[in-house]
Amino acid sequence: MQQRQNQTASPSRTPAKNDPPAVQALLIALTLLFFAGFIFMPLALVFSQALSKGWQLYLDAIREPVALEAVKLTLLTAAIVVPINAVFGVTAAWAISKFTFKGKTLLVSLLDLPFAVSPVIAGLIFVLLLGSRTPFGSWLGEHGIKIIFATPGIVIATLFVTFPFVARELIPLMESQGREEEEAAITLGAGGWRLFRMVTLPNIGWGLMYGMVLCTARSIGEFGAVSVVSGHIRGMTNTIPLHVEILYSEYNYTASFAVASILVFLALVTIGVKALLEKQLEGNHNTRH
Amino acid sequence: MSIELRNITKRFPGYTALDNISLSVATGELIALLGPSGCGKTTLLRIIAGLETADTGSIILENRDTTNLPARSKNVGFVFQHYALFRRLNVFDNVAFGLTVKPAAERPSKQEIADRVMHLLKLVQMEWAAKRYPSQLSGGQRQRIALARALAVNPKVLLLDEPFSALDAKVRQELRRWLRKLHDDIRVTSIFVTHDQEEALELADRIVVINKGKIEQEGTPQEVYDHPANSFVYNFLGNVNVFHGRVRNGKVVLGQRLPEEHSELNGHEVKTGQAFIRPHDIGISRIRNGNDHPGIIRDIRLTGSQITLELESAGFDRPIEAEISRESWRNLELTKGDEVFITLDKVRVFTGDFEI
Repeated sequence: MQQRQNQTASPSRTPAKNDPPAVQALLIALTLLFFAGFIFMPLALVFSQALSKGWQLYLDAIREPVALEAVKLTLLTAAIVVPINAVFGVTAAWAISKFTFKGKTLLVSLLDLPFAVSPVIAGLIFVLLLGSRTPFGSWLGEHGIKIIFATPGIVIATLFVTFPFVARELIPLMESQGREEEEAAITLGAGGWRLFRMVTLPNIGWGLMYGMVLCTARSIGEFGAVSVVSGHIRGMTNTIPLHVEILYSEYNYTASFAVASILVFLALVTIGVKALLEKQLEGNHNTRH
Repeated sequence: MSIELRNITKRFPGYTALDNISLSVATGELIALLGPSGCGKTTLLRIIAGLETADTGSIILENRDTTNLPARSKNVGFVFQHYALFRRLNVFDNVAFGLTVKPAAERPSKQEIADRVMHLLKLVQMEWAAKRYPSQLSGGQRQRIALARALAVNPKVLLLDEPFSALDAKVRQELRRWLRKLHDDIRVTSIFVTHDQEEALELADRIVVINKGKIEQEGTPQEVYDHPANSFVYNFLGNVNVFHGRVRNGKVVLGQRLPEEHSELNGHEVKTGQAFIRPHDIGISRIRNGNDHPGIIRDIRLTGSQITLELESAGFDRPIEAEISRESWRNLELTKGDEVFITLDKVRVFTGDFEI
C-alpha cells in the first residue's frame, strides 16, 4: 500500500516533460487565474471591507458582546464536537477496517450520509425529532431540558454534519495497515487497552489529527444545519457564521465583514495546521518502506 | 507431546478450510506444514495461536487444553509473513514489547528487560540495530527482529507463517540455514508454514503435507520425498514426470507397448492411473535393456550441476524430463536429436485404490 502510494506520488512530482511549454504555461496561468478570482480576491475583499471604515470600527465590531458570545459559542461547540467525533471516528474506522460483519457495506455507505444530505435537512431532522412539539421534545421540556433553539441542539446538529471526517480519514489508513501488528501484539500478551495505546493509536496518530482538523474547520464554519436548530437568539444561540449573516441582512456590512474576518482567520489557522500534518503524514509514508 | 491437535475442523462460508485434522508435535521438534496456497495450513497455525477459533476440535499445549484460551494468554510466539513489527517502536522496544505489557506483578525489572532484549538481539545477530526503526532495516533483518520479539516471552511454541516468502531467493536461503542452526541451539518446539517444498525439505525435522484441509502425509523429509503416499504428494514435492499408466495383473504398463499387448488384456483386470517418476530416477543409455523405451532427445538444458534432457517417446503424450549428471552426459556424448533408451523402472503408479 505504502509502496503503491510512493510509486503513484513520485511521477507527479517530476514535471511532465513531454508537454509543450505553451500548454504548461496555459495550465499554470489558468490555475493562477482561478485562484486569484475565486480565492485571493474574496479573501482580500473580506479584509478590505472589514477595515473600510478604519481599525476603530473593526475592533468595535469584534469586541461587541454579542459578537464575542458568538465566538465563544462557536469555539465551545467545536470543543465538544471534535473530541466526540474523534472517539466515534476511531471506533467506526476500527470496526469497519478490522472486522467483517453483517451490514458493513451499508454502514460504510451511511457514513457518507451527512455529506450527501443538505445541512438544512439535517437541521430539520433534529427539529422534527427533538422540537418542543414532538413527544420526546415535550417530555424533555417538562424536565427542563431544552435542546432545539439552544446550545445542545447546535452541538447535535454540528455532530451530525461533521461525523464522517475522522472515520473517512482513518478507514483507508487502517485498512492499509492491516491487522497484523495488532495480532502480533495480542500473541505477545497485550490486552485491549495497551494494544490500542501502544500500537494502534501511534500508527493512526497523524491521520487522526488530520481528520480532527478537518472536523474542526467544518464545525466552526457550519451554517445550514445550525441555522435551522439555533433560533438565531442574539448573544445566546448565534455562532459566528449565523452572526455574520444577521449583521449582513441588517445592512451592517462593515461589522459583518469584521466578524467574518475572524472566521477567515480561524480557517487560515486550520489550513496551516493541516499543511503541517500533511507533511508529517507524507514523511511517515516515505519512511515506512 | 508438546502440541497435540485433535480433530480440528474449520469451515468458512463456501468451503472447508480444515477437515478433521489431528497432529502431534514432540517437544523441541521443528515441523513444516507444507501445502499449496489456500490448503488451510495458515488457518491451522492461526488456530493454534488463538487468532482464529476452530469450529470443533481441541488444542493441547504441554498437557494443558488451550482451545478456549484467548490468544494473549496462550503464550505462543508468532512470526508473520510480513514481519508485523511495530512501526512506531524502535527495535529495542519491539523486542521488549511482550515483557513490558506483562501485568505489573509478573513484569521483570527494567534492567532485566534490557538484559533479555540485548541477549535476544545478540542471538539474532542484530544487537547493533537496537535504536533503529523497522523501516530502516532490510526484510531479512526485520524478520530476525520479529523472531527475537516472539522469543522474548519464552513461548511454549514458536509458530512461523511463511516467514521467508517475502524475501529474495538468496536471503531466503541464508535465513533458512540460520534458522535451522538457531533451532538446534534453542530447541523451542516450532511449527512453520510454507508452500516451498525445498524450504520444508531442508529445514524441517518432519513434514506434514496438507491439501484441501486434509493431511495427505506426514514423515521425515526423506520419507515424504522418497515414498510419497499418493499422487498429490508426489506432484507437490519436487519435479516429477506424470504419465497415464495402466496396471494389469500387478504389472505397470506404460507407453507404446500398451497397444501391442492390449489385445491380450481382454478378461483381465485393468486399472488406469497416474504414473510418476522423478527426473533423476530415469535412466538413459545407448543400449537397450529389457523394458527400455526408445526415445529421441529434443532438448538439452544445463541446470546447475545437472543436465536436464527433454525426451520424446512414442506412446507418451507428453515429453519426458530426465536429469543426469554432467559426467554421464559427457560419457554418453549426447546431443540433440540422438536416439536413446529410457529406463523407467522406478516408476510408481497410483490408481484409485492401490499403488505399485
